[in-house]
Amino acid sequence: MALATRTDRKPSLTRTVWDSTVGKKAVMAVSGLIMLTYLAVHMFGNLKIFFGAGDFNGYAHWLRTVGEPFLHYEWALWIIRVVLVAAVVAHAVSAYQLSRRDIRARPSQYVHRRPRASYATRTMRWGGVILGLFIVWHVLDLTTGTVHPGGFQSGHPYQNVIDTFSTWYGNTIYIVAMLALGLHVQHGFWSAAQTLGAGSAARDRILKTLANVLALVLTLGFISVPVAVMTGVVS
Amino acid sequence: MKLTLRVWRQQNADADGAMSTYEVDGISADMSFLEMLDTLNEELILGGEDPVAFDHDCREGICGACSLVINGDAHGPERTTTCQLHMRAFRDGDTIDVEPWRAAAFPVVKDLVVDRSAFDRIIQAGGYISAPTGAAPEAHATPVPKPDADFAFEHAECIGCGACVAACPNGSAMLFTSAKVNHLNVLPQGAPERETRVLDMVGQMDAEGFGGCTLTGECATACPKGIPLPSIAAMNKEWLRATRKAKKVGR
Repeated sequence: MALATRTDRKPSLTRTVWDSTVGKKAVMAVSGLIMLTYLAVHMFGNLKIFFGAGDFNGYAHWLRTVGEPFLHYEWALWIIRVVLVAAVVAHAVSAYQLSRRDIRARPSQYVHRRPRASYATRTMRWGGVILGLFIVWHVLDLTTGTVHPGGFQSGHPYQNVIDTFSTWYGNTIYIVAMLALGLHVQHGFWSAAQTLGAGSAARDRILKTLANVLALVLTLGFISVPVAVMTGVVS
Repeated sequence: MKLTLRVWRQQNADADGAMSTYEVDGISADMSFLEMLDTLNEELILGGEDPVAFDHDCREGICGACSLVINGDAHGPERTTTCQLHMRAFRDGDTIDVEPWRAAAFPVVKDLVVDRSAFDRIIQAGGYISAPTGAAPEAHATPVPKPDADFAFEHAECIGCGACVAACPNGSAMLFTSAKVNHLNVLPQGAPERETRVLDMVGQMDAEGFGGCTLTGECATACPKGIPLPSIAAMNKEWLRATRKAKKVGR
């Protein structure tokens, strides 16, 4: 007679990853790195505004025709958008679930309080919410033009950017959000590296330096555009 | 030394706790923190009051029983266990806040005593190796590279006191679990359970209601045994590796 063998099935990889705090952090890390890669490309593209309206509008047009004739008009852009939305949703849902769990795990605070961890670390959650709201405004402002100040002209991003950064609130929202982005990336990149197991005693210094450099370059690169419009370098 | 102590008093697990203020006099700078509490308790007992309950055992800094958050720091201002903290770290006339470890997974039993059996269950989930019974195997039969032996020893230093959980704003046990996982996973003796160990111990850690890691680094700063923060990254790496290899182990 055959011996009884184990019949319980191993949970699927997706289940294992999503149900574990370590796995959910890995989801956050990967989705965060996808968004970070996009931001680096986005920031680099933005800098074309310093070469004039022709270069900048031409670059915007190229973004819609890239991949042709293999891809149809704007398909590459839509593929990127789908990937980004998936990354944002995965990042936000896992952040929400992990945060709920973290708060439940420490229900009462110490009577003797002292500041813990760095500013960037402590502001990850609210910083993330601010960035989420900023993205909504940013898309409504410069992609769809719904809340754009002045007449939004599709295909003329150079003028649209100048319109937005000619308003005080456009500048304020953008610069505050980019400072929040810098803080978020500084802790986020380093954290993602640790979560994916890249950290070690020997590598931590270089990972921290890389996180600081990324945060600084992204923030300065993005902020240079509204500053250039305000100072009249770009008009 | 004359000190003002504000100590967390809680009758039992279900009661509400609060800070109570006590004055202690005649404290020597050479007393350990626990001896100072002993002095307080003697006075309380003589005065017919309930003494302050706190955990302690070896008082040599090696057992991991003592567990006090002193002025907001797990094990107090120095990087050592509470029993090895001496009153010379404080000044005459100081006010000192003494609280228990605070985490959902470490419920308060009484006053400063918390139930840390969640750690025992994490150990039970994977903190062992398979070894044949009978005569001890020849010690030199299994060579271990020196860096691996050092890595294992560094993590074996964990005494399971729970300071990492107490210090973590998320009440996370990642540093403890990573110390236990890394200690055995790097050694050839731990190799047969390498994948199941990390999956099971992390699974138990989650089931106990500990929070997740947000890399604040508070745990490694509080750890009296100096378990380094990169241990967590090393465990994450082991966990991700195990999820890929899990098919090959009968889990």
